[in-house]
Amino acid sequence: MKKLIISVLLLNLLAACGSNPPKAEVADAKPAQSEATAVAAPAANQPATTSAVAPAAAAQANAAPSPASTVTKAAPAAEPENTAVMPATATSAAQEAKYTKEARTASVAGDSAQGGGSVYFPFDVDAVQAEDMDTILAQAKNLSAHASLSARVEGNADERGSSEYNLALGQRRANNTKKALVLGGARSDQIETVSYGEEKPRATGHDEASWAQNRRADIKVGE
Amino acid sequence: MRILGFIFLSCVAWSAQAELDIEITGAGEHQTPISVVRFASEDMGAQGIAGVVSNDLLRTGLFKLVDAAGKVPHEPGEVKYAEWSGVEALLLGSIKQLGNGNVTVKFSLLDMVRRTELETQVLMAQSGQVRDIAHRIADMVYERLTGSAGVFSTRIAYVSRDKGRYRLVVADSDGYGEQSLLASNEPIMSPAWSPDGKQLAYVSFEQRRAMIYVQTLSSRQRTLLASFPGSNSAPAWSPDGKQLALVLTHEGSSQLYLINSDGSNLRRISFSGSIDTEPNFSPDGKSILFTSDRGGSVQIYRMALDGGSAERLTFEGGNNFSARFCPDGKSFVFSHYEGGKFYIATQDFSSRQMQTLTAGGWEKKPSFAPNGKLILFGSESQGRGILATISSDGRVKQKMVAQSGDIREPTWGPFLKQ
Repeated sequence: MKKLIISVLLLNLLAACGSNPPKAEVADAKPAQSEATAVAAPAANQPATTSAVAPAAAAQANAAPSPASTVTKAAPAAEPENTAVMPATATSAAQEAKYTKEARTASVAGDSAQGGGSVYFPFDVDAVQAEDMDTILAQAKNLSAHASLSARVEGNADERGSSEYNLALGQRRANNTKKALVLGGARSDQIETVSYGEEKPRATGHDEASWAQNRRADIKVGE
Repeated sequence: MRILGFIFLSCVAWSAQAELDIEITGAGEHQTPISVVRFASEDMGAQGIAGVVSNDLLRTGLFKLVDAAGKVPHEPGEVKYAEWSGVEALLLGSIKQLGNGNVTVKFSLLDMVRRTELETQVLMAQSGQVRDIAHRIADMVYERLTGSAGVFSTRIAYVSRDKGRYRLVVADSDGYGEQSLLASNEPIMSPAWSPDGKQLAYVSFEQRRAMIYVQTLSSRQRTLLASFPGSNSAPAWSPDGKQLALVLTHEGSSQLYLINSDGSNLRRISFSGSIDTEPNFSPDGKSILFTSDRGGSVQIYRMALDGGSAERLTFEGGNNFSARFCPDGKSFVFSHYEGGKFYIATQDFSSRQMQTLTAGGWEKKPSFAPNGKLILFGSESQGRGILATISSDGRVKQKMVAQSGDIREPTWGPFLKQ
């Protein structure tokens, strides 16, 4: 029962986070930004989780069923001065979602809970997506059931942007993936996070099909 | 004849001559017509002294090379001025093998309008260092004819990626004479020159996450500067070489820190909660440029090191990042990303106008030559990373294509003290 509650909370959080990163052009966005990009930073223990759910639920209320599409649709609206980070046309957003989905599907087929798994991200987004909740929960369950296991979460980014920015983005993706795993029941001290940024691409093409595979965090589990 | 100086080049000869294809496009607005005559007893073809000097001068965009049309004077006394109409400057000289592995190179630069000798020098070096001598000659010609210091004797650093193998490479400013400082199966990033040109700081993943090392070029010795939990990255030296700015994630998001060059006295200087990275010191050491996504999109900011808030500098559409100061401190160069393409752009601090220098493509990590007249950046050709330069007025572009490997993260080194 406790697991179920955690799962529901996690789902809400992930859905909310999936809808958050519209990079609003606000003069002083610091507090909003830091809250928005972390998957419920204070959620490492139960009471904190509860308090983090309130804004999450509110955010979910106006979120579309598919958080991934919400992210890309929200971007132009929040950036009236056309500061979109990529050509934010309907086509490219749809393409991005399509390829991210393909990368995720191919990856899930190849992973096993024992060896680890991968989670995928939209462009310039570091929040764990609702579509990856099954992966997160399976990995978290495994870590929580086997105290001797440890995980290394490796964050990656596509090659757009500078290598240093992408290293930072990959680190955030790894950190947020860790937070989601902890929320799912894993112990914080079981998980190490690192970033490879754009330095170790899984696919090397300059196209969305490749980028979608590279915007990812790998959860590598071992003794 | 005046002999103005002997220069003894004592550094170790660079190994592994890389094969490069060099393509230069564009021309400066005012070009000095110069003729570079093949030096006497020169047997190196295009890689001989005359070839290296010609290429150095050509890529600045400030010179027009005039063919010597078969004339081969090697001494000022052999020059018949009347035969060189349309040529404003003439470089000639000779190489003499000393038999002990050393050579002397004597050269003269003539003003063909006033019909006078501007400079005559004799340089001595080991015979393997003829390219270094050629770059010194090019520096002298550039300085005498433009009034600015030449940068051809300076060095560049970059990362080469080839079949999962990473190398940290130091090379001549024209991309030749490359030498590996480090080879690894794990990524290497962000090489940064110490202000005296004797050391490189860089990021290596050899311990399975990003850590910052400092390596001395001459001895190859290196030390681990930063290995805090998480990522340690984006090292940048202060102009006095006493400290470095760097980016750490051990307190959460990527934030800017300062650390003494011996690894002591770490202190945090940004407190944003967003991503702050790619610090670069102003030439006076009083402020830094950096990249941040604190405003929603990725943009360039400036922050004074004695306190005060960060000021956003770039507003043009898309993202702007990887900023580096021009050595005169009056402008900066950066990478501009818009509509799926990267451009190299500069912006003046006073006018705040962005000037896009390149046509766009896969163009990243620009850095100024130490005289501010050329910009080195990473470009791409046929799916591989290559070195490219552009004159800071955007008029002359040069691509340097190595035979193998994917070249990334280039950075231009400082003037080397004699």
